[in-house]
Amino acid sequence: MISDITIGQFMPGRSFIHKLDPRMKIILMTVIIVFIFLAKNLFSMGAMVGLVILTVILSRVPLRMYFKGLKAIWFLVFFTALLNMLYIRGEHIVFQYRSLTIYEEALWQSGFVAVRLVLIVLISSMLTYTTSPTDLTAAIERLLAPLKLFRVPVHELAMMMTIALRFIPTLLEETEKIMNAQKARGADLESGGIIKRAKALIPILIPLFISSFRRAFELATAMDCRCYTGGKGRTRLNVLKYRFRDVFAFLLMGGICEGILYLNTLAPSLVR
Amino acid sequence: MEDNITIQYDHTEESPEIQISLQNVFYEYESTDESPPKEVLHGISIDIRQGEFVALLGHNGSGKSTIAKHMNAILLPSGGKVFVAGMDTADEALLTDIRRTVGMVFQNPDNQLVATIVEEDVAFGPENLGVPSDEMRKLVDDALKAVGMYEYRRHAPHKLSGGQKQRVAIAGIIAMRPKCIVFDEPTAMLDPRGRQEVMDAIDNLVRNLGITVILITHYMDEAARADRVIIVNDGNLLTEGKPKDVFSHIDMLREHHLDVPQATELAQYLRAMGYDIPDDVLTPEECARAIMNARR
Repeated sequence: MISDITIGQFMPGRSFIHKLDPRMKIILMTVIIVFIFLAKNLFSMGAMVGLVILTVILSRVPLRMYFKGLKAIWFLVFFTALLNMLYIRGEHIVFQYRSLTIYEEALWQSGFVAVRLVLIVLISSMLTYTTSPTDLTAAIERLLAPLKLFRVPVHELAMMMTIALRFIPTLLEETEKIMNAQKARGADLESGGIIKRAKALIPILIPLFISSFRRAFELATAMDCRCYTGGKGRTRLNVLKYRFRDVFAFLLMGGICEGILYLNTLAPSLVR
Repeated sequence: MEDNITIQYDHTEESPEIQISLQNVFYEYESTDESPPKEVLHGISIDIRQGEFVALLGHNGSGKSTIAKHMNAILLPSGGKVFVAGMDTADEALLTDIRRTVGMVFQNPDNQLVATIVEEDVAFGPENLGVPSDEMRKLVDDALKAVGMYEYRRHAPHKLSGGQKQRVAIAGIIAMRPKCIVFDEPTAMLDPRGRQEVMDAIDNLVRNLGITVILITHYMDEAARADRVIIVNDGNLLTEGKPKDVFSHIDMLREHHLDVPQATELAQYLRAMGYDIPDDVLTPEECARAIMNARR
């Protein structure tokens, strides 16, 4: 039941994308997202679409997983595109009916917005499909390390993320147990309006909170016993290491970026 | 279970014969608004030697867990002293050294595991100690092999059974190479199969790795495996000795609401009925043998 929910939706695999260093993946993903916004004509946008589709194919994650990710946001895409179409003003009128005017610029704009949203969702779901939660938190800890200079508790944040990920399945299981226990006592969780159902959740949330605090206390003691004293002087079992393929991907990406900027100059911008 | 894997332990460095020494320990819970201070340990003295397997028994609220928590400075005595390998637990500067000498495994395996992957969890202790990455791999692999969980090293902890999780928790302590491990009712939340797995793992630690083990339990059958049994009652030491000797005082144990191992109990019934059965039977195997011999 609810314990079937997988977090981060990591799909283990051995593809080129899977094997990339998670830090490099996060960096490259950020660059791609920036360039999705920089692509302003059909040439450059076409190249970005091609690039994203290529990485999706390279990841060798079943396509239906990506469609599942897209299904969650299609309404957002549709709505944003519609608003852009109706409200953006330009010079070339394509269609006019009473007070409703649609401009050519608005059509381009809404098309680009829709494509951008879809690409962003594809590329970020690719990151979570191909990177294990452990790698992801390790990478975030390393990438944010410079913030330690500004006294941001980077290690503590990463530790919290790890523990949260570790305990999500445990707490889900516990929720299910408590729900069953309350049902056995005659609690009615399914019927009634929103307010009645929200009220029915209270006898589930209170025991869950109490037990979470108890767990937190026990976990803290166990961590003390294992000599945890914070991030200082800690080493790691699996050290992240940039390999040849990471350098290769980085250089390739640099070339692609140059190319996109060049394609942008070939034709006038269609969007702002 | 892989029983034959051994870890090379370096005990050649000079270590005192006595690993843990509780000297006339008193402990009282601080007073709160609702309750006055409550003394739960009334002058306990225990010495635990290198390589010993000691079981600490007592009914609920007898103070046995409180004693355990004094052994690696989770609690500090309000009177008396506790020494771990010669180090005073009250000395805060020695805290890390004390905790890497005496590891502790708790009742609920879920609340001890930190990481989302088994091997990363086992590495948590060594990571905290600052062990270099290249040495860490061997520590983690050896620890997982010692509890028979090596094949599960890439699994997520929440997909394991209770007994498996508890073995991973034990591996997490072994990876820090402690001289001594305190088990605070490690099998209380497990099913019979999980209990068996965990007890086999503990046996392996004592017999093959030479780790000193203090097992806190209320299962008499588990205590019967120990070299020495200590019985605690209401914050006082009741008795201690070899399991055979302690469990032969059935009436005294009953008086303090403690059981005896089932095999011992059966043997005593049979003896009372006039069969010729020795009074030092502890395990089902010994019991079966005694009954076979009695029939002949």
